[in-house]
Amino acid sequence: MSGSLPSWAMETSDRIKMVDRLREAEKQGPLISVKNLTKSFPIKRGIFARTSGHVRAVNDVSFDIARGETLSLVGESGCGKTTTGRSILRLIEPTSGEIVFDGKDVCRLGVSGLRAARREMQIIFQDPVSSLNPRMTVGAAIREGITIHRLAEGAAADAIVKRLLEEVGLRAEYSTRYPHEFSGGQRQRIGIARALAVEPRFIVCDEPVSALDVSVQAQVINLLRDLQKERQLTYLFIAHDLSVVRHMSDRVAVMYLGKIVELAAAEDLYRDPIMPYTQALLSAVPIADPKVEKTRILLQGDVPSPASPPSGCVFHPRCFHPAKDAACTKIVPPLEEKAPGHLVACIKQPPTSVTWDAQEKAGGVNKPARYLPVAAVH
Amino acid sequence: MTEPLLSVEDLRTYFHTGAEVAKSVDCVSFTVAPGETLGIVGESGCGKSVTALSILRLIQQPGRIERGSKIMFEGKDLVTLDDSGMRDIRGNRISMIFQEPMSALNPVFTVGDQVAEVARIHGSGSRQQAWDRAVEMLTLTGIPAPEERAKSYPHQLSGGMRQRVLIAMALMMNPALVIADEPTTALDVTIQAQILELLVDLQKKFGTSILMITHDLGVIAETASRVIVMYCGEVVEEADVKTLFEAAHHPYTEGLMHAMPQLGEPRSRLNVIPGAVPPPTDWPKGCRFRERCPYSWELCEQEHPPLYQISEAHTSRCHLAIEPERRAHPHPPLVEQLGVPA
Amino acid sequence: MITEVPLALWRKHSVARRLRANRSAIAAIALMLAIVIPCALAPAFAPYDPTAQPDIIGLRSQPPSALHPFGTDPFSRDVLSRVLYGGRLSLSIALVATLLSVTLGTAYGAIAGLVGGVVETVMMRILDALLSIPRLLLLIAIFAAWRQLPIASFILIVGFTGWYGLSRIVRGQVLAIKHEEYVLSARALGAGRTRTLIKHILPNILTPVIVATALGVGHVILLEAGLSYLGIGVQPPAASWGSIIQDGADQIATYWWISFFPGMAIVLTVMAFNALGDALREALEPRRAKS
Repeated sequence: MSGSLPSWAMETSDRIKMVDRLREAEKQGPLISVKNLTKSFPIKRGIFARTSGHVRAVNDVSFDIARGETLSLVGESGCGKTTTGRSILRLIEPTSGEIVFDGKDVCRLGVSGLRAARREMQIIFQDPVSSLNPRMTVGAAIREGITIHRLAEGAAADAIVKRLLEEVGLRAEYSTRYPHEFSGGQRQRIGIARALAVEPRFIVCDEPVSALDVSVQAQVINLLRDLQKERQLTYLFIAHDLSVVRHMSDRVAVMYLGKIVELAAAEDLYRDPIMPYTQALLSAVPIADPKVEKTRILLQGDVPSPASPPSGCVFHPRCFHPAKDAACTKIVPPLEEKAPGHLVACIKQPPTSVTWDAQEKAGGVNKPARYLPVAAVH
Repeated sequence: MTEPLLSVEDLRTYFHTGAEVAKSVDCVSFTVAPGETLGIVGESGCGKSVTALSILRLIQQPGRIERGSKIMFEGKDLVTLDDSGMRDIRGNRISMIFQEPMSALNPVFTVGDQVAEVARIHGSGSRQQAWDRAVEMLTLTGIPAPEERAKSYPHQLSGGMRQRVLIAMALMMNPALVIADEPTTALDVTIQAQILELLVDLQKKFGTSILMITHDLGVIAETASRVIVMYCGEVVEEADVKTLFEAAHHPYTEGLMHAMPQLGEPRSRLNVIPGAVPPPTDWPKGCRFRERCPYSWELCEQEHPPLYQISEAHTSRCHLAIEPERRAHPHPPLVEQLGVPA
Repeated sequence: MITEVPLALWRKHSVARRLRANRSAIAAIALMLAIVIPCALAPAFAPYDPTAQPDIIGLRSQPPSALHPFGTDPFSRDVLSRVLYGGRLSLSIALVATLLSVTLGTAYGAIAGLVGGVVETVMMRILDALLSIPRLLLLIAIFAAWRQLPIASFILIVGFTGWYGLSRIVRGQVLAIKHEEYVLSARALGAGRTRTLIKHILPNILTPVIVATALGVGHVILLEAGLSYLGIGVQPPAASWGSIIQDGADQIATYWWISFFPGMAIVLTVMAFNALGDALREALEPRRAKS
């Protein structure tokens, strides 16, 4: 059912289209440019709630998103992906960093500037139950954005609401019903309609399908893709399910303990993951094919607490790179390009700007070595 | 053929709330052999969790197991067994691992105490012996520094650790059957991998049978040897795992497999199963999947399909078994004409 | 132990249907209406003028009879009519004072919860201080000192001392709702604080407010009855249930009906409002069922 072309040809033609699109977008400059975004939460202890330390939920994160592109943020719980998504919209105030949307720094905007910016950047939430006000009709929820930004009034606004409901695949009559009368998948569609009401250019999708059944997930994913084509939307897609991400993304960023550890085009990441964490992540996904004998990479232990992250490279305690040594515990690896368009944060995976000299000084004994485990990934 | 360890026959669990009856489990039958892992796959609302709870008789008003249901285990019928006999079985001969590790553990007791409690309830040995065995089980489930960990409280442990504690509790009395209700759904994918490996490992070591309930076909492919697919309170397909993935018969199973995004596939439109699962108070007449099925025809509306035997160990509740040529002529499912998606 | 009730069933039930299904709720509402309507329409229901003393010799302290279903008091006033008019007064006092308390409590709690920070801490500490003063003793002290106070002042003072508990609850609810995703979504759409408060937060804290109103009415009825009985509440010639009880207090052994009927009226009314409050709490609560 994937059309008349064989799959390898589809893949190539998709890829050509994407490269073309990205080249166009490059000429115009990225839509969103996040620079050195950091968010720390204070830890309060004691009767007087003294601040005894900080949790760096997001730690010096930088990336660009081109117009019309879907960038996915993947990672496990506690990696900071949700905080990053919400910080871009300033729903959580960043501690430091810049978020440049179409040339304007969102972090510096005042109240009215922020409200105007909010029209262009929207968000879809994970939990279909709590993302809709149970005491508001569905139509009122969708109309809220229109009312706030004075885009239309009265009958005109109602017409827009009805049109949006149909666009997301629901009936226009549903606008007078309450959220509890709908299923999870339908509520997600309502959330999407609500975000689309203000005609944004950029949408942060915060795990929009994680709480849905498999068959409903597929419907919502297809809807998001269709909307992107029709309205030329740009997505930041946050998820922990790597298979879903594969279907949605142009590029993927892998996060671990508040840092981006790998950033590449989706095909490159899935075919050729360079960061050991990404390799382990991909090999951990259960494959729905009993014939495939997997030599799985099993990571030892649990994710460390973000309140006391490991020194140097945050992944080093669980890392299995053969060249791992003392330098990894001291040097924080920069995110650098190891292959065209493929950025990785690892000083042991060449090429790296952290010179062997600097590594030796920090106690390194192993020179950087390219490492790809055999038969662990697709 | 060896005697099955668990034999569920015509299980019906209905919820009687006021005027309506929700037939959550509507005539389900299956067996579990000693030492095997049976997977139960289905989406929310299909009745798989209620089935698991029914086996352990954990269903309370307004739900009840209807007359005519039989659950044979070790020579006893669990449906009619008296309360003290049932208590004897729970945690001892059949134990359960729940989905949410945090809510399944009591926050005011140490994990060691909670694991040891299982032994104390079922009467074997002194407090000290129970504690020692608890530490032993915690070691077996791969918890580092188990002596100290046993003295911590649930909130001090991560999700993966807590699930290991639950597994330790489930295996304390070396049960014949462990029911795992979505044991890895709430966990991160790398932790899920660890827990699945652990379960497979422990099964080999102890020879326990596992009833693995999940919605994730990947988990099934990795752990189960036989699978049943549930939809709308019934078993719609039963097969061994290889056959299911290579030659699924029922259109629902087929649809489920195609709707799942897979790592190895290129970016393409996902096939969807249009429409939504009907509510348990109102199962449709005839075949319950009819309106969402791309192959349905008149017979599907008139007659509720029985479980047809497709091959030796493969059954399917679909009339395509008697008219297989219809599979060559798919049509848009009926719900698409109504147009409202799930 | 675990029970699973399918989502579809909850979906079909609205609040009204749930109330209807609850037998004690229906009984409570029926009882409440049976008392409130005759009292509210006392001029239509009362057989006699409550202040009329038609025959102070012949009709004094007569036991209940066909002509006087609740009997007469020492001044030959019909007790039934007195109870009806007294109920009108008691209920209106209770209602107005409770509405006053509820409004104050909701406003205080919502502002504290919404604003947060130092302001909230200060507001809560003030609240703690106010809560430490025993309400009944305070009221007794005020009213004993201030004789012949007008009913309006009585209502105001009772209302101004009754809002503390609710404001704590409201603040807690506001804190919980503040972080719900639909509030976040409103912010993402560009909503300001006022809009968020009015459209999103207030409608979702209605449950404890409505329940507090029902329970509050019962509470104030008892309070007012007690104070009037002691002679420091409602002053004659106005008569409330408490003061009518007081009138018959010293003859309770012989002419029991003078105190009995107003007393029963209080008991039944308070019971009805309490039961109503509980039923409302149950009916309004389970809006969110798990999928």
